[in-house]
Amino acid sequence: MDKIRALIVDDSSVMRKIVERSLRQAGIELEKVLEASNGSEALAALHENQVDLILCDINMPVMDGLEFVRAAATVPNAKGVPIVMITTEGSESHVVQALTAGARGYIRKPFTPDQVKEHVLPVLGRKP
Amino acid sequence: MSTDTSFATRAQEENWLPVLELAVEEVFEIMLGSRVKPVTQPELKPKGEFTAMVGLAGSLCGILTVCCSAKTAAEMAKRMLGDATVSPSEIADALGEVCNMIGGNFKNKLAGTDERCMLSVPTVVSGGEYEFYSMAEGKSVETIMLFEGSSIAVRLQLQS
Repeated sequence: MDKIRALIVDDSSVMRKIVERSLRQAGIELEKVLEASNGSEALAALHENQVDLILCDINMPVMDGLEFVRAAATVPNAKGVPIVMITTEGSESHVVQALTAGARGYIRKPFTPDQVKEHVLPVLGRKP
Repeated sequence: MSTDTSFATRAQEENWLPVLELAVEEVFEIMLGSRVKPVTQPELKPKGEFTAMVGLAGSLCGILTVCCSAKTAAEMAKRMLGDATVSPSEIADALGEVCNMIGGNFKNKLAGTDERCMLSVPTVVSGGEYEFYSMAEGKSVETIMLFEGSSIAVRLQLQS
């Protein structure tokens, strides 16, 4: 399988590490991992870098995850790049808002590595 | 049909303690790989050297706190990261995330609450020499959980 470049967006550095570890446990080889602690930093990273996958929290300071997903739609480097939300916000309305905004997957915290595998591999065109 | 779920939510208050305990147990089991269980002895209440808090607003309005000793907070961070050593900022970050996930998991388990209750980003206070005053003076639910032989206090304080 090809190695991928991932952007992990979460205001918790601990959670960013856990998400990265979960991707590796899912068998996803990572060529590069970019990190951002809010949506605004993530947009800046996208202007400078090409990535293959974005994993994004919702509740963050400065710019939240839903706002980021909407804004990312206008960034050329983000065109066609799958975004999977990883968040404590588990309501149906948040799921609908995220998917309507352009997210391709939704994982509720707390999550297992298997859930990451189940939701991330399909958006990368791979079998879970 | 009414979309106001606050009444339905508050009507479930008697069952909140087991729901809160289940929310805590799930977070520890899934994210830390540890089983925690509630204890009834009040003397096991932890030294409050670290306190993480997350605000709730909407159909539930108040604050959720997770309180433990510095040693317990460090052990939690080590478990989450799978590392033998953790920095002070990682300890605070990990405790804040645990509190955040407990809050999210708790509200996701209350029928009708999830859609109309928002969580704040977590805040963590270190050091035990402080007094805690919440403006959410109403019902409170508290449980002491045992994690690797050390106690953790999880308290939900809601506005009347």
